[in-house]
Amino acid sequence: MTATPVLSLNNIHKAFGGVVAIKDFSLELFPGEIVALVGDNGAGKSTLIAIVSGLHRPNSGEILLDGETVSLSDASSARSRGIEVVYQDLALADEQPVFMNMFLGRELTRKPLGLLDKSRMRRETQTMLDQLDVHIPSAGSKIRDLSGGQRQGVAIARATHWASKLILLDEPTAALGVAETAKVEEIVAALKERNLAILIVSHSLDQVFRLSDRICVLRRGVQIGVRSTPETDKNEIVSMITGVHA
Amino acid sequence: MAALSWIKRLDLQRSVIYFGFLAIFLFFAATLHDDGFLTTRNLTNIVLQTAPATIMAIGLVFALSAGEIDLSFGSIVAVSALAAAVAMQNGPMVFGVIAGLGAGVLIGAFNGVLVAYLRLPSFLVTLATLGLFAGIARSMTDLRSIPVINDTFTGFFGSGKLLGVPSLVIWTVAAVAAGHVLYRHSRFGAHVLAVGDNARAAQVSGIKVPRIRLMVLTLCGATAGLAGLLYAGRLQAAKYTLGESDLMTVIAAVIVGGTALNGGKGSIIGALLGSLMMGMLNNGLILMGLKVSDQMIVRGVIILVAVAVSLRDTRR
Repeated sequence: MTATPVLSLNNIHKAFGGVVAIKDFSLELFPGEIVALVGDNGAGKSTLIAIVSGLHRPNSGEILLDGETVSLSDASSARSRGIEVVYQDLALADEQPVFMNMFLGRELTRKPLGLLDKSRMRRETQTMLDQLDVHIPSAGSKIRDLSGGQRQGVAIARATHWASKLILLDEPTAALGVAETAKVEEIVAALKERNLAILIVSHSLDQVFRLSDRICVLRRGVQIGVRSTPETDKNEIVSMITGVHA
Repeated sequence: MAALSWIKRLDLQRSVIYFGFLAIFLFFAATLHDDGFLTTRNLTNIVLQTAPATIMAIGLVFALSAGEIDLSFGSIVAVSALAAAVAMQNGPMVFGVIAGLGAGVLIGAFNGVLVAYLRLPSFLVTLATLGLFAGIARSMTDLRSIPVINDTFTGFFGSGKLLGVPSLVIWTVAAVAAGHVLYRHSRFGAHVLAVGDNARAAQVSGIKVPRIRLMVLTLCGATAGLAGLLYAGRLQAAKYTLGESDLMTVIAAVIVGGTALNGGKGSIIGALLGSLMMGMLNNGLILMGLKVSDQMIVRGVIILVAVAVSLRDTRR
């Protein structure tokens, strides 16, 4: 790949008090590629996601977006630069309709009085859901009335709608059944065509092998290695995760 | 089947207050027909009497929807009315309006700062300030009642009329309309609901959660301040007892009107109907000739039933 990386992490270091969570981590993500971040519990995956989404600041190291050094001081500074996160708990407001969740914090308003433009938000939400093939009863349904897979679909659609560069997916199918997982994977795979870079955290190696182009393995805050998915196998990744050579 | 349960839920939530309102109205209309319940004068009176409670209910809908509560409005009313009355003893009406509304806004903001930035639970903060400002209201004037003799003020906030419509009706309609638009059709309203529904989701979506908490409690103070002005205008006097009995009425009106106690859901129109329902109940029980003690008992039981029915569905 010769394009400029969408995201470059250079020598990222993060410690909480005396505990080192991420040590000297570097990774590049290119447009249209899915990179999986794998590792055992406590390996530092969540910390890394939090750093890229602006929730934590690294103690040292550089974050580059499209080749430019950026400082992500909070969630909105990451969002304003085209980075969207699909959190494990989805961060959806259950009692509100789907279209209000799609536009949460970024509601569309109509000119003279600045009142909410609900019909336009509803319409754009429906278009987005249709494009991603997410099936829900209506853009006006409450989140509470949707299934787990539908909620995940809404959360991914929201991220896709707003992301111009990068989507972070934190365990997108952890709470889903088999059929719903397949559906969500289909949606994620389709995102590549939008030329977005996708960083996905997953515990399911089967899923990682189905979806990703490259796999980055973390162990105790240290990057063990990055492999091109077609050129590796589960045994190698497992031994990298656990540190035990088969 | 999913669609069916959805329709059922929608219907139930929306209709509890309408059915309750209608049932109580029809009951009194039938049983108290000869006692003058249905006369225009009596019905207008109900609206006039409930105006301050309705306006406070609007503030409370915002607070509850954001996942907070305000109990202090019961004493903000008295402080605001007294502040307005004292300010107008030697000054024009505008002094009274500024003093009354200002007191409400300041006390509300005080609650808000404690809740939003020190993260103290609003239930405890406003329970404490309820007592605190009840005490201040008593000490402000040594338990005396302060007359309000400014005719412009009493016309504007009390007995006046515009094109034959009583000013208290105009205040009620204007406040409900403004509250409804703010709640349902503004970004602020959407953010209030989001914060009460899922504060973390709101926060990662870039909504300034503490600011929303501060604003809803300030708004509660402002509506209580306006209610204080309306009491002072209608009664042409201010006293520390004003608003004392409104606490239960307003909370009941809001809950019966379909606002969830745990945030994320509510209705301004529902709160208006809830407030009118409480007013009808008061009025009807008096017309029925019940003793004050019996009125309290019957009202308590009816509120309990109404709240239980409306919570059956809003509770998760």
